[in-house]
Amino acid sequence: MPIKVLVAKPGLDGHDRGAKIVARALRDAGMEVVYTGLHQTPEMIVNAAVQEDVDVVGVSILSGAHMTIFPKVMQLLAEQGVDDICVVGGGVIQEDDIPKLKALGVREVFNAEASTQDLIDGIERIVAEYGRDRTRRAAVQTSAP
Amino acid sequence: MIAANVSRDLARAISAVENRISDLPVALAQLAANGHHAAVGHADVIGVTGPPGAGKSTLVDRLIEGLRTAGESVAVIAVDPSSPFTQGAVLGDRVRMQRHSGDRGVFIRSMASREGGGGLAPATRDAVRLAEAAGFDVVIVETVGVGQVELEVVAVADLILVVTVPALGDSVQTIKAGLTEIADIFVVNMADRPGANRTALDLRQMVREGQRDIPVLQTIAQDGTGLPALLDAIAARRHGDDSNAVRAVRFEVVRRARDRAVMAALAQLDSADGAGVLDRLRARDITRNDAIDALVALSEGPVHAY
Repeated sequence: MPIKVLVAKPGLDGHDRGAKIVARALRDAGMEVVYTGLHQTPEMIVNAAVQEDVDVVGVSILSGAHMTIFPKVMQLLAEQGVDDICVVGGGVIQEDDIPKLKALGVREVFNAEASTQDLIDGIERIVAEYGRDRTRRAAVQTSAP
Repeated sequence: MIAANVSRDLARAISAVENRISDLPVALAQLAANGHHAAVGHADVIGVTGPPGAGKSTLVDRLIEGLRTAGESVAVIAVDPSSPFTQGAVLGDRVRMQRHSGDRGVFIRSMASREGGGGLAPATRDAVRLAEAAGFDVVIVETVGVGQVELEVVAVADLILVVTVPALGDSVQTIKAGLTEIADIFVVNMADRPGANRTALDLRQMVREGQRDIPVLQTIAQDGTGLPALLDAIAARRHGDDSNAVRAVRFEVVRRARDRAVMAALAQLDSADGAGVLDRLRARDITRNDAIDALVALSEGPVHAY
């Protein structure tokens, strides 16, 4: 089954050219990409991720607000009991902050130099390593009433 | 009644049927085990269809607003096209509806059309049933942007809105078969654009000639103009007789038969015998017609070595 990804643009920054290029590139790599549009709050991102039941949430931040937004996204996911949706980040993010984001549980951070192929490879690797166990879900089904 | 944990439970259930991990009865049983077991048939299913870019998603956003104001809970299944080449998809309908995020009475799910050829995805019908079981009063199904012949929404919806925009063609377009035959309500959206009155007039004329009672309404979904009249028209038709049931059942029976045939054909194409035929085609051992005949014979019946 195709990998399903939410591409999210939080905050006030109004530049979504990059997010659209990413959405298109992931589409061409055979993924199903939900795009939310601009100006999303962490609550909107997490609600969309839950309802869409995506494998990966990709959050694009160019405004410098990443140390505010990622902790909130991770906290809201935890509050909803979601532990099987991987979060990755992209945009303009200082090298110093990357270890801090990873400590929060962000699986990968793609900076501005990453190519679309890097993104595709990264997401496929993350889903393979940390993604939900799809065979386990199948097994649950056979034991259901 | 919508339970607190509905978003995640319903989302999971839809994924299970979409990815063929569970069939519908199993997914329904799991929803029931989590406390979601509303009765079959309590929800009204509204189909919204029309050409790409006509404003379907924006209109759905307005319908959600109106239905919520009336105190009804709303689930939306919004379908966007999958690539026939890569299987990838960009699902962008949600962009227009994000202001309802956080409202527990609203559930929005995007769905890639995958192998579905009629404007919906193979799992759309099951997703509608799951949303109903989760307790939603209204389920809105938004099709992919359609042409004239993607009509599968008739098998799913109790009430169909065909959304069009001004100046897509002259009055001859309105008498062509297909999309114009399935409308319970016509919506001419972007009614502030030139030609809106003409388009509405052409549709009204067609409706009158067909001696049907189908409203033709003009809206500007962007600012909500015309929405009260549209909501009234929907309300007036929601509790009438089920005159769409027969065509819905006929359509669904044919669709399932076709799906089974398609699955059988794909299985043969992917089989060792099928691959052998395709290898010979690639090597120019056999013609395209020979290959087609051999592959059709494979999926239709007794397997014989070509």
